[in-house]
Amino acid sequence: MSESTLSAGHVRTPLALRFPSVLVFLAVLGLFTLGVTILSEGFGIGAISTSFVKTLGKTLCLCLVALAMDLVWGYCGILSLGHMAFFGLGGYAIGMWLMYERTRLIVVDSLAASELPPTAQEISDGIATQIFGVVGASEFPPVWAFAHSLPIQLAFVVLVPGLLALVFGWLAFRSRVTGVYLSILTQAMTLALSLYLFQNDSGLRGNNGLSGLQNLPGLDAVPQATVSVWFFWGSAFALGAGYVLCAWIVSGKFGSVIRAIRDDEARVRFLGYPVEAFKLFVFTLTAIIAGIAGALYYPQAGIINPTEIAPIASIYLAVWVAIGGRGRLYGAVIGAAFVSLLSTWFTGGQAPDINLGFYRIQWVDWWTVLLGLSFVLVTLFAPKGIGGLVDIIIDRTTPNRHGADLGPDQGALREREADK
Amino acid sequence: MSTLLEVSGVSVSFDGFKAINNLSFQIAERELRAVIGPNGAGKTTFMDIITGKTKPDEGRVNYGDKGVSLLSMSESRIAQAGVGRKFQRPTVFEDQSVADNLMMALKKARGPFSVLTFRPDEDDHAKIVELAEEIGLSGALHRKSGELSHGQKQWLEIGMLLAQEPRLLLVDEPAAGMTPTEREHTTDILREAARTRAVVVVEHDMEFVRRLDCKVTVLHEGSVLAEGSIDHVTQNEKVIDVYLGR
Repeated sequence: MSESTLSAGHVRTPLALRFPSVLVFLAVLGLFTLGVTILSEGFGIGAISTSFVKTLGKTLCLCLVALAMDLVWGYCGILSLGHMAFFGLGGYAIGMWLMYERTRLIVVDSLAASELPPTAQEISDGIATQIFGVVGASEFPPVWAFAHSLPIQLAFVVLVPGLLALVFGWLAFRSRVTGVYLSILTQAMTLALSLYLFQNDSGLRGNNGLSGLQNLPGLDAVPQATVSVWFFWGSAFALGAGYVLCAWIVSGKFGSVIRAIRDDEARVRFLGYPVEAFKLFVFTLTAIIAGIAGALYYPQAGIINPTEIAPIASIYLAVWVAIGGRGRLYGAVIGAAFVSLLSTWFTGGQAPDINLGFYRIQWVDWWTVLLGLSFVLVTLFAPKGIGGLVDIIIDRTTPNRHGADLGPDQGALREREADK
Repeated sequence: MSTLLEVSGVSVSFDGFKAINNLSFQIAERELRAVIGPNGAGKTTFMDIITGKTKPDEGRVNYGDKGVSLLSMSESRIAQAGVGRKFQRPTVFEDQSVADNLMMALKKARGPFSVLTFRPDEDDHAKIVELAEEIGLSGALHRKSGELSHGQKQWLEIGMLLAQEPRLLLVDEPAAGMTPTEREHTTDILREAARTRAVVVVEHDMEFVRRLDCKVTVLHEGSVLAEGSIDHVTQNEKVIDVYLGR
């Protein structure tokens, strides 16, 4: 898989050829989407349940945020333990509009029966009581100022994680915090954010979080079976677009430079590259991707609360990418899909318990142990992760001559073989 | 010849140890200069100061036609201004191909956005092929640089420096770990490079320095002990003392 800048004949090769996994990936994703659509209850024969379509759609969003994690960690070497916080912020941004708008429709409906037409203030108070009654408030906190506007909240999906990452990254990278210290710093940010959101007066309903997000305002007539497929399509599209974007970024000189930063930051500085600016760019861009993934995830999950932002979520994210194989985009996707689906299976009570006679292994509890163990094993024995299997296959089919010369008979066929 | 780099009265200490002590040094455009000195003489610290890695406690470092101070500039800005540095141990990006390494070093805009949209054209490819020829790695362009031998990595790093087109080239022990033939080739490249830019070579090996045939600066305990032709400095009493033990 040559990502070389120098191609035979010096003709610009298209992205798909420089990065052959893009075409394969898009084809697999397309077929998968088609398959799920055909099997779904909303648009097809109904072989798979709506809740499973939602699970698959959510998995695609997790793959997207894993892609972002791979870009920032696998390629640029920044082990961020904050990307699930950006993911959550994206979810909160869209969740605020969903909750506000749906509550507004309900309030307007219930007030329509009264004799006098309700004033704007009455409606607003009604919504606020409905939403914040649970935390003992009846007024809109300032952060909800734009919750009525879908375009503005959609902009927040991108802007809030983006700006937070920009400011945080600028402060951290500028002081040359690297390695494990940076990881701790990002984790501290994540923890602080989740603790803040847990408070009732944070304005985002404390530990109740935002709920009922699966109901799209004004589309009550559309069954969830249909909505779930819509979101599945949206998630698939976002993942495909994200994959192409990431492949484009890492395929050229930019990819070269960030991998160089990962391997030897100081040396890159002496080449004249402003290392901090590159890191900041990657950190912010991936935070935005994470935000978008979150905005697609939570309407499918239906609920978001501060637990989702807790550091453990970001650690899981790093584990997925490590198990899938960091430093390769499809590795991140495979890892996230494989581990999160497996996790759903184990923790959903579907895995049969194992009776050892003296002890009964219940997977709901033991799954985390299994996950932790496989993380340790992958780190020790297969640092390339599941994606490393692809290398083994490629090595089997094409020889690596390590630049050795072709021997006395330089036949055309052998030449082509050796070029690989 | 006009002065390209002027270091004057520079001192730096680490935990009370004076690594550089009131050092003054000048180099003109297109000059080849060798810096020698025993271990701990401050040769590497001297390079660290010029390239911005270490900030001196006092003194001035001025560079270029306008004599701008390098002290307030970051490492990357100094490198962009035309100061290239080769490290003692070869540091190439082992995970990437020789061509990728050279392409990264090629003198181009360095900001993230220009790098993102950068796509090499015919000239860039031609330049890389040319450079690879010069450093004897034409056949290895697509190989991962981690697979190269030690000597080849040294070459690649020199090639990357040339690709940067610096006005001032700082080279730390270029001949370390090279065979005699490779050393000869290195001397040629350095002398060739010094035709178009200033080159400072830090070296232990007297034979190698003699072959460079240039002005020599001897460092000792962080300051200049002697300066002049190789024959001149090797006859200097103080230099003999320092090198042959006191």
